[in-house]
Amino acid sequence: MAEQAQLLPGTLDLLILKAVSLGPLHGYGVLLRIGQISREALLIEQGALYPALFRLVRQGLLKASWGTSENNRRAKFYELTTAGRKRLQEETDGWNRLASAIASALKARPEEV
Amino acid sequence: MNLPAYLRSLGAKFFHRLQLAEDMEEELRSHIQHRADDLERSGVSRAEAERHARIEFGGQERVKEECHEAMGGNFLDTLQQDARFALRMLRKSPSFTVLAVGTLALAIGANAVVFGVMDGLILRPLNIPQPESLWGTVYGEDPGFQSYLNYVDLRDRNHTFEDLAAFNFAFVGLDTGEDPTVASGFATTANYFDVLRVHPYLGRFYGRSDEHGPNSAPYLVLSYAYWHSRFQDDRGVIGRTVQLNKHPFTIIGVAPPDFRGTLLFISPEFLMPIVNQEQVEGQDLLNTRGTTHGVFEVFGHLKPGVTRPQAEADVNAVGAYLEKTYPKEFAQKSATLQRVGLTSFGGAVRQFMTGLMLLAGLILLAACANLGGLFAARAADRSREVALRLALGSSRQRILRQLLTEAVLISLVGGTVGLIGSIVLLRRMSVWQPFPAAPLHLPVSPDAKTYVVALALALLSGFLFGIVPVRQVLRTNPYEIVKAGSSGRIGRRFTVRDLLLAGQIAICAVLVTSSMVALRGMMRSLHSNLGFEPRNAMLVSTNLAMAGYSGDQLPMMQKRMIHAMETIPGVERVGLVNNYAPLLYAAGSRANVFKEETTDLKPASAVARPYRYDVSPEYFRAAGTALLAGRDLNWHDDKGSPAVAVVNRDFAIKIFGSVTNAVGRYFKVQDGSRVQVVGVVEDGKYMSLTEDQEPAIFPPFLQSPTSASDLVVRSSRDPQQVAADVRSQLRQLDAGLPVDTATWTAQLDLVLFPARMATMSLGVLGIMGAILSITGIFGMAAYSVSKRLRELGIRQALGAQRKEVLQTALGRAVKLLAIGSTAGLLLGVLASRVLASIVYSATPRDPVVLTGVVLAMSLLGLLATWIPARRALSIDPLILLRED
Repeated sequence: MAEQAQLLPGTLDLLILKAVSLGPLHGYGVLLRIGQISREALLIEQGALYPALFRLVRQGLLKASWGTSENNRRAKFYELTTAGRKRLQEETDGWNRLASAIASALKARPEEV
Repeated sequence: MNLPAYLRSLGAKFFHRLQLAEDMEEELRSHIQHRADDLERSGVSRAEAERHARIEFGGQERVKEECHEAMGGNFLDTLQQDARFALRMLRKSPSFTVLAVGTLALAIGANAVVFGVMDGLILRPLNIPQPESLWGTVYGEDPGFQSYLNYVDLRDRNHTFEDLAAFNFAFVGLDTGEDPTVASGFATTANYFDVLRVHPYLGRFYGRSDEHGPNSAPYLVLSYAYWHSRFQDDRGVIGRTVQLNKHPFTIIGVAPPDFRGTLLFISPEFLMPIVNQEQVEGQDLLNTRGTTHGVFEVFGHLKPGVTRPQAEADVNAVGAYLEKTYPKEFAQKSATLQRVGLTSFGGAVRQFMTGLMLLAGLILLAACANLGGLFAARAADRSREVALRLALGSSRQRILRQLLTEAVLISLVGGTVGLIGSIVLLRRMSVWQPFPAAPLHLPVSPDAKTYVVALALALLSGFLFGIVPVRQVLRTNPYEIVKAGSSGRIGRRFTVRDLLLAGQIAICAVLVTSSMVALRGMMRSLHSNLGFEPRNAMLVSTNLAMAGYSGDQLPMMQKRMIHAMETIPGVERVGLVNNYAPLLYAAGSRANVFKEETTDLKPASAVARPYRYDVSPEYFRAAGTALLAGRDLNWHDDKGSPAVAVVNRDFAIKIFGSVTNAVGRYFKVQDGSRVQVVGVVEDGKYMSLTEDQEPAIFPPFLQSPTSASDLVVRSSRDPQQVAADVRSQLRQLDAGLPVDTATWTAQLDLVLFPARMATMSLGVLGIMGAILSITGIFGMAAYSVSKRLRELGIRQALGAQRKEVLQTALGRAVKLLAIGSTAGLLLGVLASRVLASIVYSATPRDPVVLTGVVLAMSLLGLLATWIPARRALSIDPLILLRED
């Protein structure tokens, strides 16, 4: 397993939105998907996931419906709403701006100052 | 929203919530199943996989809670959950619940009652329009007594009042043609109703246009209550003529039901124009400036924009003018404005009520300390439960919220119980008429303000005592407690709980001290020398004006009355005193007295202002007042002979240096006449029991006839029989004369009433304090014994003596009691000044009070530790050690 990175505060919501944007998922599926798309570098604590999901539903960014999973079990599936898609776009842009800014700041060398 | 729809939505919410909980449950289950599926695929058994999945997931309850929170709007949910849980916990320990609720009910009830009375007396305005701009004038310290002429000047010369009205008391015989009975009312200026802005319920009120000089307006306005009780709501009463003291008056109107005059304690039965008072009472008060009996209170609405200090300055300016213009009759005293209702008693009442509210607040504080201790003990007992819940993933915040909910629940229940009790008590007080003969009543009626204050206090105290165990919970280490059990350590260190208990005992000791001081003061004043002997004396009060007598008829008739009384079998002595006997209705009158050589008789040069009682010969013997020197008055001291007087000891010493010196000497009174002192009697009390020794003079009643008088009839026979004989004798003399009889002792009850009430309320608060300290000490002692049963058992098994066991079990409780009581006693002594303002001759430095408090507190301690001590001594070590 690759070395794991600490999750920055506020990034869990972004990751969940991203994971769900790739296709409807149930809670456990969200965990697996995040692991998969981060190449196992990010691990979400199982207990922390559900409060975040409920919060996103309440904010109207996700909607939930019951269905049947690939294991043939009843599960609650989450998918993005239009507002969720929009929010994902904004947050992604924001994150990218922040990341490149921090990256360039960290690359700075004495002679450039 | 209509009710059914509201209920439906409430129901929908409820079911929605149930469904949500189920949903969440299923989702988490599904999550664990999926995880288990994955684990099973890696080769473990299904059961093992599921177990593993659950462990990986962690505390489900916590997740559920957090989800609920994440969904928001679940404050009510949690509250409901907490409340349900709290109820369950409280049901599990009924004795704790009853104790806590009872304690709080007592404290909240006491506060609600005191607040209710304070609200009625001080905070609530009178039942009249725009009470906020209505002010009464008070001259010096006297309760607003002024003369009618002064009132007229004040009314016409001030620039700050819109108009000024005045009233005086009027006690008359009211004859509707059937039977004359005494009625009490107000004689008012013609503008009285206009100034108060009230309108008649029936008929009309009199006004300025009805008044054309003395005895020009024989009109009568009835109060609604009197109209109801005496005239049975008869609307035909308007225009009817009735006799007031044998003078015809026409009933012209009935006042509205909520109009009770401007005095809080006394509501008039009727109102009549003050210009007709002379006709009714036979005394011309309208044209005498020097009198203090003309007007009881002067009041009016301030002009818009005028402040109270401006108006006070204005009134004082008029006072200065009067003093300059009428130096002989008017002495300026600094005038103040007071809210109408309590007149100049307002200050004392306010002070007393504030003191009482303070003490009631202390009771509540003590109760909070008591309950805080109980809650802390309870939290300690529940530390295992708390630790388990923490270990299972509940948040500390949630647990605290839970405990607080419990406290608030108790406080609300206790507050409600206390409030209900106080409402019952206040309702009773408002219909209570302590003296059937006097139109006194307590103007209290519990209203929304009282309820809100009581419930707010309950909530506040709930938070106060609920917060005590917070630190304890925050410091709980679940691992330690689950491992070691709840026995905990018993440190030597004093804990918060101990501090609370000591504080509570201190407060209770203050209360006990104050009630003891009050009781003692009361007792002392009851046994102080009154200067007369009220026992076996009957007071017969009549007003001859009510039967149409005047002028020289008065002393003749009074003489006949005295002689008639003397013929009653068993009557030993009979005396008469004009107006009221000493200490009655706080209605003494004063006279300005000058030295013989003084020629400029202005009030400022008076050497003394003694009380003045015009009495008959034999009065002193009938009243039981000892003659110290000289002679008694006799029947020859009448209008035809030189002016004489008997004086009291204080007067003799103040004016003439000594008792023996005084006899035969002269002094001057306001009208310039010389009065010779013929005798000296012992000192006494005249206006109130609290007064400092005051001078008094007793001129012969034959030299200044008055229609109103009290006969003092001394007899050791049964008072009721004597009263019946007195009435039949007086009926023979004049059947149309209304007569009031009462024993002097019963009449004194009226004078003592405020002090009695004060003592009673302080006593009740003291008892409450005592009860609280008993429950506090008991709770603490019982708790510490139950906590240490095992230890005590082991000590006993190892051969400890009973004394040592007791010391171990109860040493701390006793120590706290001692510390708390000492602190409380010291505080009580320090608070002596506050107490002295409430109860007279109150001094906590009284050895009887000090030993009383110490004894009471030790007795309370003994009482409270008795059961726990018995329990500690009855431990059977064998059973105990086997059990655990």
